[in-house]
Amino acid sequence: MTRKMLTALLLGTSVLGAAGTAFAQDKTITIESWRNDDLPIWNEKLIPAFEKANPGIKVVFAPSAPTEYNAALNAKLDAGSAGDLITCRPFDASLELYNKGHLADLSSLAGMENFSDVAKSAWQTDDGKATFCVPMASVIHGFIYNKDAFDALGIAVPATEAEFFAALDKIKADGNYIPLAMGTKDLWEAATMGYQNIGPTYWKGEEGRLALIKGDQKLTDPDWVEPYATLAKWKDYLGDGFEAQSYPDSQNLFTLGRAAIYPAGSWEISGFNTQAQFKMGAFPPPVRNAGDTCYISDHNDIAIGLNPKSANADAAKTFLSWVASPEFAAIYANALPGFFSLSSTPVKMDDPLAQEFVSWREKCKPTIRSTYQILSRGTPNLENETWVESANVINGTDTPAIAAEKLQKGLDSWYKPAN
Amino acid sequence: MTSDATGTPARRPIRWHILVFLAPALLVYTAVMIIPLFGTLQLSLFNAEEHRRFFAGLDNFRTLFFDQRWSATFWNALWNNTWFFIIHMAVQNPIGIGLAALLSSPRLRFSAFYRTAIFIPTILSFVVVGFAWKLILSPLWGVAPNLLDLVGLKSLFTPWLGKEEYALTTLGLISVWQFVGIPMMLIYAALLSIPDEVIEAAECDGITGWSQFWKIKLPLILPSIGIISVLTFVGNFNAFDLIYSAQGALAGPNYSTDILGTFLYRTFFGFQLQTGDPYMGSTIASMMFLIILTGVCIFLFAIQTRLRRYQF
Repeated sequence: MTRKMLTALLLGTSVLGAAGTAFAQDKTITIESWRNDDLPIWNEKLIPAFEKANPGIKVVFAPSAPTEYNAALNAKLDAGSAGDLITCRPFDASLELYNKGHLADLSSLAGMENFSDVAKSAWQTDDGKATFCVPMASVIHGFIYNKDAFDALGIAVPATEAEFFAALDKIKADGNYIPLAMGTKDLWEAATMGYQNIGPTYWKGEEGRLALIKGDQKLTDPDWVEPYATLAKWKDYLGDGFEAQSYPDSQNLFTLGRAAIYPAGSWEISGFNTQAQFKMGAFPPPVRNAGDTCYISDHNDIAIGLNPKSANADAAKTFLSWVASPEFAAIYANALPGFFSLSSTPVKMDDPLAQEFVSWREKCKPTIRSTYQILSRGTPNLENETWVESANVINGTDTPAIAAEKLQKGLDSWYKPAN
Repeated sequence: MTSDATGTPARRPIRWHILVFLAPALLVYTAVMIIPLFGTLQLSLFNAEEHRRFFAGLDNFRTLFFDQRWSATFWNALWNNTWFFIIHMAVQNPIGIGLAALLSSPRLRFSAFYRTAIFIPTILSFVVVGFAWKLILSPLWGVAPNLLDLVGLKSLFTPWLGKEEYALTTLGLISVWQFVGIPMMLIYAALLSIPDEVIEAAECDGITGWSQFWKIKLPLILPSIGIISVLTFVGNFNAFDLIYSAQGALAGPNYSTDILGTFLYRTFFGFQLQTGDPYMGSTIASMMFLIILTGVCIFLFAIQTRLRRYQF
């Protein structure tokens, strides 16, 4: 009996020992992600840079399809077969993982101090006490314009709302270009590129967003209704049949040079760079009066967290601290122009359009999309309703006041502010 | 009687082969249809709070019908669904019958070509149909505005899929275009099965042309029309794909194309930031099942049993 045990033990140790010699120096950590588009960037730039600086740790980037990511990740986490590092979706999806114990608390991780509170807000508990993912990138809203068209018509980049509408009038009067490339068919364009783009200027960014969550402000307050009134004025400057114009239609209208201004998100930059044959520029959402503070939507999009069941937690934490470093920020932001590092250290971008977008961080106050944190947990879902109502306002189906009233009523039906 | 006369016992052996042959289909059908159906019905009686599931009785149905928002969405979807069905009954089926009547005319040349051409859209994927029509009707790159311009009717063009008042009707007509082949084929088969003697007898009595169609052929194909109506009803109240691929899960503009299928999808699986609610989703699915069941029952008992059948 004892001898048999001993043989088994010896056999076991010899096998383990053999395996040990192969892996002793290298710890392998695996990253779960939905960004399969980024596979070459990780394999060619990010991982070699990390492995060079941290010998002994091997990193494997293992993405799955974006639409399957949430479901696949949940299944893997429940089965205990998920990778060491988990790419985090913003807000509730990741918060739920944290609450279920699938993401570790990283509040005390070295490098976390490189991020502002707004940057971390998408991956924190509601009270802000625990942060569970290292912010990687955000997308910024603004307007991309056709520089050739602006030069031909002698239009200066508009800084105020009056200048913005004067420019639109001038483009419309000239008739060669559609002033604004946006449609309402897909609904979200109107909400994301429209309402969430110009809105922060009215509700004063974070101030208004947090007041809305606290219940101090209502969607029916002037600060929240006026962006709709402005949006309603856009109707006259959109192309013919904008009601049936979809998101790819808008992109094509602009890159084919048929439209002058594109209400944009910075994720368009790399696509537009390859498609457009003309010079492009960008400007932030115009302020209402000259000299006002400008606000931009700098929306948290992607972060990375630690699987608490990871066998190589130390190596994974080393990697996370590196993700929080300015070095990672510079490589990542330049490899993917339009996805900006959330690090407080400014990153120099090689792409002029991306550099223009990111430069607004220095003069404008950033905020995130108003509907994403906490307010879209119930039914009716505020974000989805905002899509529908923003399109309704532009289509002229609802007046700004009615749209705001409907949204607030929907929110009131399930959301009770804390105080 | 005969068995007594021959003296053999009346007891017949159990015919096991019937059971054996039925078993695979029955098992598969039970596993993929009947069990999930009852699972859905059962799920609609439950709800969850803080990840704990509890029995809620008919609470979900109360929410669906008496909560102001849920009921508004539900009735809107049900009405849109009914309108979708009305379009099919009023446009698809008469056109299908008309095409079948034309095709069965012995003097028509190339009838096999027409038959195939008209049937082809039926075998296309919804996604292809939705995408192709979105392009055709696109105000930017579509051929529809140009074609209308050629005949001088450009002023009639509007972005149909983007207008609240036209979007659902447009989608209904797209669906008619896609599926008109099915009633056509069924009626065509029914028309072919009318014996020549009946037609000849009618001709002897001086009934020809249109009156022959109305008085002789139409009564003979009524049972087929009945079956087509049921198929249309079930198909329409289960519809989802076309609306989803053309208008998205929010069935815009302003929920004007929202039918029970898209409402169910949004609720059950969630959409964008909205998380799925399997309990309310099941409630809607159960309502869809009940609506279809009621419709089919009304049809079977009130209409189908009264149709006169002719045996040849």
